[in-house]
Amino acid sequence: MKRVSLLEFKHYRYFKVSGFLMAAAIAAYILDRPEPEPFGGTVLGYILGIASALIVVFLLLYGIRKRLTPRIPVLNKNVEHESASQRTTSTRAAPHQNEGRYGGFTLQGWLSSHVYLGGSLIVLATLHTGFQFGVNVHTLSYFLMFLVICSGFYGTYVYLYLPRLVTENMGEDTLESILLKIKDFDRFAEKRALQFSDEIIELVALSRQKTRIGGNFFQQLSGRQKNCPTTLAVQKLQGLGKGYSDDKLKSFHDLYGIMAHKETAVARARKDVKYKARLDFWLYFHAPLSIAFLVALVAHIAAIFFYW
Amino acid sequence: MTENFKIAIIGAGPAGISAATHAAELGLSHILLESSPYPANTIRKYQRGKLVMAEPAILPLRSAVTFAAGAREHVLAAWEKNLQQHHVNLRVGAQVVQISGVKGQFEIKLSTGQVISAEFVVLAIGLQGNIHKLGVPGQDLPTVQYQLDDPLAFEGETIVVVGGGDAGVENALALAQQNRVFLLNRGEEFTRCNEGNLQLLQTAIREGRIEPRVNASVKQVEAINERGFSLSLVVKTTEGKENILCHRVVARLGASPPRKLVESFGVEFPHADIMSVPKLSSQYESNVPGLYIVGALAGYPLIKQALNHGFEVIEYILGHEVELADESLLKAKLAPFLPSYSVDKGLASIQRRVPLLSGLTTLQLREFLLESEVFAPTPDEVIFNLHDYSNSFFSILYGEFAVYTEDNDGKEISFLLKEGNFFGEMGLLSGRRRTATVKSAGHGVLIETPRRSMLKLINSVDSVRRTLDEISLRRVVQACLAGSLKEDELDYLVHNATVRRYDAGQVLFNQGDKADGLYLIRRGSVMIVRMNEGKEEVLAYLPAGNYVGEKALISDTPRSATVRAAVATEVILLETSVVTEMLARNNTMRDIVVTRYREHILADQKINFKAQPDDLFKFLMQQGVGEATDILLIDYSLCIRCNHCEIACADTHGGTSRLNRAAGPTHSNIHIPTSCRHCEHPHCMKDCPPNAIHRSVNGEVFITDSCIGCGNCEKNCPYDVIQMATIDPNHEQRSLMQVLFGSFARKSQKTVSDVDAPKKAVKCDMCKDIASGPVCVRLCPTGAALRVGPESLSMTMRSNQPS
Repeated sequence: MKRVSLLEFKHYRYFKVSGFLMAAAIAAYILDRPEPEPFGGTVLGYILGIASALIVVFLLLYGIRKRLTPRIPVLNKNVEHESASQRTTSTRAAPHQNEGRYGGFTLQGWLSSHVYLGGSLIVLATLHTGFQFGVNVHTLSYFLMFLVICSGFYGTYVYLYLPRLVTENMGEDTLESILLKIKDFDRFAEKRALQFSDEIIELVALSRQKTRIGGNFFQQLSGRQKNCPTTLAVQKLQGLGKGYSDDKLKSFHDLYGIMAHKETAVARARKDVKYKARLDFWLYFHAPLSIAFLVALVAHIAAIFFYW
Repeated sequence: MTENFKIAIIGAGPAGISAATHAAELGLSHILLESSPYPANTIRKYQRGKLVMAEPAILPLRSAVTFAAGAREHVLAAWEKNLQQHHVNLRVGAQVVQISGVKGQFEIKLSTGQVISAEFVVLAIGLQGNIHKLGVPGQDLPTVQYQLDDPLAFEGETIVVVGGGDAGVENALALAQQNRVFLLNRGEEFTRCNEGNLQLLQTAIREGRIEPRVNASVKQVEAINERGFSLSLVVKTTEGKENILCHRVVARLGASPPRKLVESFGVEFPHADIMSVPKLSSQYESNVPGLYIVGALAGYPLIKQALNHGFEVIEYILGHEVELADESLLKAKLAPFLPSYSVDKGLASIQRRVPLLSGLTTLQLREFLLESEVFAPTPDEVIFNLHDYSNSFFSILYGEFAVYTEDNDGKEISFLLKEGNFFGEMGLLSGRRRTATVKSAGHGVLIETPRRSMLKLINSVDSVRRTLDEISLRRVVQACLAGSLKEDELDYLVHNATVRRYDAGQVLFNQGDKADGLYLIRRGSVMIVRMNEGKEEVLAYLPAGNYVGEKALISDTPRSATVRAAVATEVILLETSVVTEMLARNNTMRDIVVTRYREHILADQKINFKAQPDDLFKFLMQQGVGEATDILLIDYSLCIRCNHCEIACADTHGGTSRLNRAAGPTHSNIHIPTSCRHCEHPHCMKDCPPNAIHRSVNGEVFITDSCIGCGNCEKNCPYDVIQMATIDPNHEQRSLMQVLFGSFARKSQKTVSDVDAPKKAVKCDMCKDIASGPVCVRLCPTGAALRVGPESLSMTMRSNQPS
């Protein structure tokens, strides 16, 4: 059941495609001897520019393609007699051809090409500039493109790297089940704490009231809480078990155990929230930057017409 | 004092109400007995505002009772009005415990001890069963209840819950949120509830939220008015008697299936299977003369059928001839093929031509034909193809049909089936793809029967079961071993074969056992496991259509591995002596088995280098992968938890996702989301009154819009993948703006939020109407989602070696 990652898709098909594009662009750039010097307005410059623009359009289409889902009529046609539908014969492939059994389009393939072709723009667009930079809309759009690609690379990295960590951290649990466990720990602990000093009751109550999982964007990303009351409670409890009778000491150890379990559970929940935030947050840069880049790119292309 | 009536009707459901109303209309002396406090109790228990459907639409209604599809309240009100208008003699709270006597003089004993005598008895008690009561004085006090609709309706009370099964435990847990709860269990431990409930219960007991009493039985219930309590309970435990004061008793003691009760009246069922229905004459009369059975208990679960029966049974009792409601339908069905015959004669002629159907009563045959389709395929028309996933059953009325199949070497074999024969039973019984292609040879006429009707028949008519069993044995033996067996050889094998059934996890044979024969898997699947250095290793997984056990048989050595059923499995066992003799006689068969033997040995050696990750295998089997034909798995090392699979599914299917990505278990990076497995023998199909769940030729199990929203499938699915959802017919294609700006744009769309809106069952249909396949798999951005079936499972397992 090991699946190929989006980088390995179809034996690195899009790696090869974009590798070829980049190699061809570099070769052409080396062989080309434009006068007076290489820039966007030479023949090769135009070719590279148009190719890059087309790739950009294709890359932007991913956002739309991802959201285009086919529709099935809401109500299945009423089959009066099962038999009526039975005498049509199979249209789908035989069961043993599991790989690519439905053929055609997969979003994974689309994303794979999105990553590789996006990466190839670094070479194509840079060669298109002929290394002529300045303070103008042209360089601005180049710069924005660069940011979009970098955020994309970062996204690819988290997509490939984080899923395993999420699974390792959660094991059989879901965030929901961990939160339920934490709630249980709170209930046990508060009940247990009643027989001890006010200080202990206060520690446990604070841990229940003030422990935060998630929170705002940055809190989610940090995966921590400053002076987390649960950690604090566990630390302080360590020094509070002195002078109890055997029975009470046993109860105290129970309470300590519950709070320690809670601390672990809280840490796991925070980690999960952190990972999910990291899987998400880069898109908040990538997508708006793409739009900004698109606007700059349109300005860049429109500006060219004034040179004519 | 005994009351006398001409007709006593037991059970005031649709059939009973219809019969009683018709009897009242005709002025017959009658009584309608209902054990619950209201007529139409089952429908009353539907949720508020639920739409009651009037399926099948083609069947005309003939009853003194009015009925049309509508909200539960409308249907109930109409029936109550009917009962009143015709002055039906209804007696509620009258539970029948015994029927004795003979036609003309039945004696009906009620739980109150009262006796009613009647000339004829109509049993219309349905399938709900009688709820067990406490069986002690005070059991019928108003605050002693036997069901709990809304646990949150009670607050600050002391409540005693009786019964440690799932229902009792769940009620106790829910009630404990706002009340003081005692839970009484008859045994020492709570063994009758499931693992999850048990854990919750133990936690609740530890925390003192529920106070248990074990080995406890209620001896007496008394109404009191003391310190604000209204009930006083005497409970006997091993420690003596205890008096508990409370406000309310909730007793969840289960229900006795009506079958036991019905059998106690002397009615015979032809088979032990739960789908079996009592044998009835064409006039609904049971083997007890004068005792008539109608409605769901007679095998007709739909309201409209029950209403028609109620009308007809009264006519029959009066000795009238009735043209049945389905007469015109049957006529239309048969006319093209038997034009000159009346329906009765047509039915007789069918029974003459198809021996399989000769054991059916007229009533069963009518039902069978009503649910079947009669058609004349054109010459050379394909009836079904090899590997199709259809499972209907075909009987040949006229003509010849050619069967094309392959033997183990892929060589094509074909043979002809003649008039009176049948085909399609392999797919029906194994739940797997068709094993042959069938074409019509010349002009012929076929009866095509859907899976459900056929299963009902197999479980009700013994002769059908026997014939099918024998034939299917032959065909399985033939398919597993070789097409080249001669008739007499096949006869010999079949004659000496035994069928064995195993539950999931049960062992067929153990490593080291003496070889007792060859096991042909006819249904289900098995795992082959071997002990290696004290650890169990899974060597292979074999679905139906394969055989195991040839290795030890040929080499005459002890079993080299243990074979265990992965799911409920049926095998055909051919004993050693029989097989050895056959191998000596038939060289082709010998070659085939020996070739398989060599292949196994070679495959074994490969496996020895590369053991299966058997924990993973066990995990998958536990999760029902063994009975799945197509299951969604997610590789959690690639899944970015974006839930795009759910979003795409919801968008494709009218706004309700049919899968829950985050729910479901995970094991070594393989996650099984809550989503349909498209089981070989779908649990959901078991009890669908309008027969709305089907399997398409490609294998997808889907629900049509004839669903009446009863929720049976939701309950029957062991994997929790069916949900009841409001269907939004206005869920339309989104505009480009909505595609680009997703949720912002969609907020303006109207959503169906009416909680009382009619709900229907929805489940994964594997996007069967989209040629390119399921969107959950195709629209996964990282390619983490995949679907596997039994055939590809062992292959995928092998490719999943830890690197």
